Amino acid sequence: MRSADRPLSPHLQVYRWQLTSVLSILHRATGVWLSAGAILLVWWLVAAASGPEAYDGVEDFLGSWIGLLLLFGWTVALFYHLCNGIRHLVWDTGHALDLKNTYIGGWTVVAATAVLTLAAWVAGISRWVS
Amino acid sequence: MRSPLGRAIGLGSAKEGVEHWLAQRITAIALLPLSLWFVSAVISLVGADLETVQNWVSQPLAAILLVLLLIAMFYHLALGIQVVIEDYVHTELARLGLVVVVRLLSFGFAVAGIFAVLSIAFGSMN
Repeated sequence: MRSADRPLSPHLQVYRWQLTSVLSILHRATGVWLSAGAILLVWWLVAAASGPEAYDGVEDFLGSWIGLLLLFGWTVALFYHLCNGIRHLVWDTGHALDLKNTYIGGWTVVAATAVLTLAAWVAGISRWVS
Repeated sequence: MRSPLGRAIGLGSAKEGVEHWLAQRITAIALLPLSLWFVSAVISLVGADLETVQNWVSQPLAAILLVLLLIAMFYHLALGIQVVIEDYVHTELARLGLVVVVRLLSFGFAVAGIFAVLSIAFGSMN
C-alpha cells in the first residue's frame, strides 16, 4: 500500500457520534462562524462612523428576518465558543481530562450556552418591546 | 531520541510553535470579559438610533474596550483560522498563501474597525 492510500485518522464515517467529538467539531465550526461575525462588527462600526445612509443599510440587514436569524446564530456561537473555550483553558492546566469530567464539562457547556443565549435574547427582546 | 549530530546543529522543531499556542490562550482570556461586555452593550443598544450608537462609542471606556476587543478578536481569529487551514489544506503553496491572506485580511479589518471607533470618538466625521 502506498503511503497516500493508507487510512487516515480520524475516520469520521466509521466512528459513532459522541458528545466529545461533536463538541470538538462545534468549537471549530463556531470559531469560523464567529470570524464572519467579526467582519459584521467592523461593518457596523464603519457604517456608524460613515453616517446615516451607510448605517441604515446595516440596520435594514440586521432588522430583517435573515439578519435576526444570523444574529441568533452568532449569539449561540459566541456563548458556545466562550464556554467551551473555558473548558479548553481548564484542560490546558492539566485538569478534568478524564472521561467522566470530559462529559460533565461537555454537558455543562451545552447547558450554559442554552441559558446564556436565552437570557441574552430575553433581555434584548424585552428592551425592544419597552 | 535525537542523534548527537542533530542536537549539535540544532535541527528539529522551528522552536516557535509555543508562541502561537500561548498567544491563542492569552487572546482567549482577554476575550472572555471583552466579549461578555460587548454582548451586554449590544443588548442595551437594541432599538437605538445612529446618534445614540455614536454617543455610546464616543464614551472613553466604550471606545477603549471596543479597540481592545477588535485587537484581541482579530488576533485570536487569525491564529484560529490558521490552524484550520493547516489542518485541511495539504498543498504547501496554497496553505502558505491562505495563511498570508488571512493574516492580511485580519489586520486590515482590525485597522478599519479601530479607525471607525476612533473617528466616532474624536468626532472627525460628524
